[in-house]
Amino acid sequence: MTTVSDQQKLSYIAAQAADARVNLEIESEGMTLNLGPQHPATHGTLRIIARIDGEQVIRADPVMGYMHRGYEKLTEVRTYPQVTTLINRIDWLGSFANEVPFILAAEKLMEVEAPPRAQWIRTILFEMSRIANVVLFLGDMAVQVGAITPVFFAFRDREHVLNQIESVTGGRFHPNFDRIGGLKDDFPKGWIDETRQVMKKMRRFCDEIEVLVMDNEIFQARTRGIGVIPADVGLSYGLSGANIRGSGVDRDLRRDNPCGLVHDQIDWKVWTHPDGDSFSRFWVRLQEVRESTGIVSQLLDSLPSGPVMAKVPRIIKVPAGEAYVETENPLGAMGYYIVSKGDLVPFRVKIRSASFSNVSITPWLLQGVYVPDIITILASLYFILGDIDR
Amino acid sequence: MSEVIVFFFAAAIILVGAVGVVVARNPVHSALFLVQTLFGVAIIFLIQDANFLAAVQIMVYAGAIVILFLFVIMLLGVDSAEELDVDPIAGQRPLAVVLGAALLGVGLTVVLVAAKGITGARATAGGEHALDNGLSDVERIGRVLFTEYVFAFEATAALLTIAVIGAVVLTRRAAAADMLPDREPASFELPPLAPAIDEEEEH
Amino acid sequence: MILALDPLYLTNIGLAVVLIALLKVVLAFAIVLVAVLFMVWFERKVIADMQHRIGPNIAGPWGLFQTLADGLKLLMKEDLVPEHSNRFVFKLAPFLAIVPAFLTFAIIPIGGNFESKGGSVRIFGYDTYLQVADPPIGILLFLAMSSIAVYGVMLAGWSSGSKFPLLGSVRASAQMVSYEAALGLSVLAVILQTGSLSTHEMVADQAAGGFLGFIPNWNIIVTGFVPFLIFLIAGTAELNRPPFDLVEAEQELVGGFHTEYSSFRFAIFFLAEYLNTINMSAIIVTLFLGGPSGPVLIEGIDWAWGILWFLVKLFVFLFAFVWFRATLPRFRYDQLMDLGWKLLIPLSLGWFLFLAALNIGNDRGWNPGVVVGVTIVGGFAGGALLMAAIRTARTERISQEVDAHG
Repeated sequence: MTTVSDQQKLSYIAAQAADARVNLEIESEGMTLNLGPQHPATHGTLRIIARIDGEQVIRADPVMGYMHRGYEKLTEVRTYPQVTTLINRIDWLGSFANEVPFILAAEKLMEVEAPPRAQWIRTILFEMSRIANVVLFLGDMAVQVGAITPVFFAFRDREHVLNQIESVTGGRFHPNFDRIGGLKDDFPKGWIDETRQVMKKMRRFCDEIEVLVMDNEIFQARTRGIGVIPADVGLSYGLSGANIRGSGVDRDLRRDNPCGLVHDQIDWKVWTHPDGDSFSRFWVRLQEVRESTGIVSQLLDSLPSGPVMAKVPRIIKVPAGEAYVETENPLGAMGYYIVSKGDLVPFRVKIRSASFSNVSITPWLLQGVYVPDIITILASLYFILGDIDR
Repeated sequence: MSEVIVFFFAAAIILVGAVGVVVARNPVHSALFLVQTLFGVAIIFLIQDANFLAAVQIMVYAGAIVILFLFVIMLLGVDSAEELDVDPIAGQRPLAVVLGAALLGVGLTVVLVAAKGITGARATAGGEHALDNGLSDVERIGRVLFTEYVFAFEATAALLTIAVIGAVVLTRRAAAADMLPDREPASFELPPLAPAIDEEEEH
Repeated sequence: MILALDPLYLTNIGLAVVLIALLKVVLAFAIVLVAVLFMVWFERKVIADMQHRIGPNIAGPWGLFQTLADGLKLLMKEDLVPEHSNRFVFKLAPFLAIVPAFLTFAIIPIGGNFESKGGSVRIFGYDTYLQVADPPIGILLFLAMSSIAVYGVMLAGWSSGSKFPLLGSVRASAQMVSYEAALGLSVLAVILQTGSLSTHEMVADQAAGGFLGFIPNWNIIVTGFVPFLIFLIAGTAELNRPPFDLVEAEQELVGGFHTEYSSFRFAIFFLAEYLNTINMSAIIVTLFLGGPSGPVLIEGIDWAWGILWFLVKLFVFLFAFVWFRATLPRFRYDQLMDLGWKLLIPLSLGWFLFLAALNIGNDRGWNPGVVVGVTIVGGFAGGALLMAAIRTARTERISQEVDAHG
């Protein structure tokens, strides 16, 4: 565990000071500001009820569930191959990554293992959906701070990645490509070279964002020292992904628990940043996109040959038992806990989605910040509503 | 002739505004009527060739002071009509009536009984700074302010500054708990950037 | 006489003079309205280009009539007045926003031959200035109008009876009132050089002379760039345009003060906003870039060159405002106040004193080197004191907080 710097302690203390301030306010009684569920900055239907005093937040409560779709219950009436169609839509920006932990958990129960080529392709698509997802964050963060242009660059360049995903899987957003025991199909012809080019473009995009957004002084003034999450607080709220790495915790499931993906076969680095503020979360994500493009390029180089599908029965019945598999998805750690009674359908599925835990820190984090910072902090936590409400 | 028309026009604006300030139940409406009055006075200044005063009237009174009133009204949320049945200070109303009547009486006496009467003619002969000495009103005001009344001018500036500082000191609370949290940046050092991935390396 | 500076009113005031004055008013009104139409289109097109989009391209050639179509759409829309609003003020506010915007344009000289004819043109046998009015208080009218413009924004937010607009208008009033100080102080630097408040005199002053024969005698150079930069920054803040658009910060306050407005009332706010942008650019051009002054290249149509130079200069700033909007993120409220009170106001005040010292030194025949040296030392001493005060206050605040909680 990393140590908390004095500066971080100070910010931590300062955030708590707002709480003490509440009862001392004489003249102004404050007011309740209801952000959402219909609000331009909450990416959907997250609702924040903020008690504010002037421009300062005294307490903030997130209200979730406006988009609850009952996926955990719905999976109980879907056969295993059908479930992937549903869970694609949890984190709709990096949909392929949603399928992977579920399939891995099912494979674990069935005790089948995908052939090496399938594992490689799985990892490549997994990383590409991370790029497609996080690239949008890089642009969107700038929009939330008030710069409207970068997000259009993000949409423009994300399109390249989506095109590549589409030409493999047939779906831009909802690939539904992962199968128990392997993948539906192999790469199309010429795909590998195109993808290498796309990865170069994405690296250029990262450089562009670095100059355009990260180096901007106003952007730094708006994000540095704002929304500081000390490592211990972050861990106690169950934060994961870049949010916790932005607080200096060196934890990445891709490295620590590869379980079926091949991240341990190649050379890459887990990025962390000690500050724990909005800026560090942005910084970590930017580095991760870079790193992901490197991972994809390396995996393309070392792609083994062979089949993409193991031998599995035509009608899949998963043997009775329980399995939990967690992977490092674009938004953070995502896991599926599957309980099977040996049927065609799962008996019970529990989905551990990253955003739900990541957003749960907001009541603590938003104390004492200013109203505009609500928006930047929420943006820097980077949640997808589908990932919160499932 | 035209001056008279403008004067009565301005006077109407001022009077309606002044009555409105007192009569309006909503404090924001009162403030708006006050702005109307200030504009009327600015017009009066204009027909007296006091262009600078007119501009300053609008900039300072309408543009800053009434804005401050409104700011306070908005922040404190005094947007409901005040309770008019309760008298905050006992005997306030009868006293107001008496004083108002007395003021009106004095004013009328001055206008009607004064030896020379109010003629409306401009002062042409003056003391040291006769009004028509070929300078524009801005220059005249500047000269008077910074020569003859420079001490009073500087004293006023000092007084206002002291008042502001005093207000800040008095309203500043000593306890640390109610200070605004000052969230300092956690660090100013950027960690080293990712090494650029070599383009050639992948091929 | 208020308008005594314009040669038009020095002749006997007859029907023709009144008609010419009326014509000028109507023309100015029409010009700014058309300018707004094109400004909106221009902004959308330029931002679209910067963002790799196409922008409006359906209504008319290159989408030129897009604004017209939008305006018509807004006219047709239902006029909503929120239930909890203060109806009278709610309906009044848009007009309070637009009247100052129109009035400001009156003092801007948009043309005239400043090379040889003192900035006047001949219309129907009468010499006149190409500006609606040239009052002796000139630029003060602009400052007065910009302080009046706060009312529209402030009352709109308050009267909507809704929280987001209220937050927006509280921000607006504080922002506009505090940036007016910096704005006024940088205008003072120009007034100090020109020795007159009249906008026409300012342009005439800048048109005369120059350095080395080709560098114009513009105030941007004469006042040493600093007032220009401060004016540009404070002007952007006064306009509530990015990066200072906290008043309508879409991400936080939805639409800010005009969230609850729809239909024609919204259109009026929109119009006022762009009018103010055009006015501010025109004022910058007038104050710092010599307004319509410039060489007359073809003698026969000397009246056209002033207008051309004016439009060219105006265009630069309109583009700059659009560019800011496409590029910059938004400040936070407290950062904005810090910038205004702790940097812009002290700096513009210091610079004003510096220029004043130079002028006095010139009059009295003091050694310019000594004057510059002394003022620089004085300026640095003042700046250091200010910095020390700010730093002390901040460390004290933090240490108190740590004592209380740590």
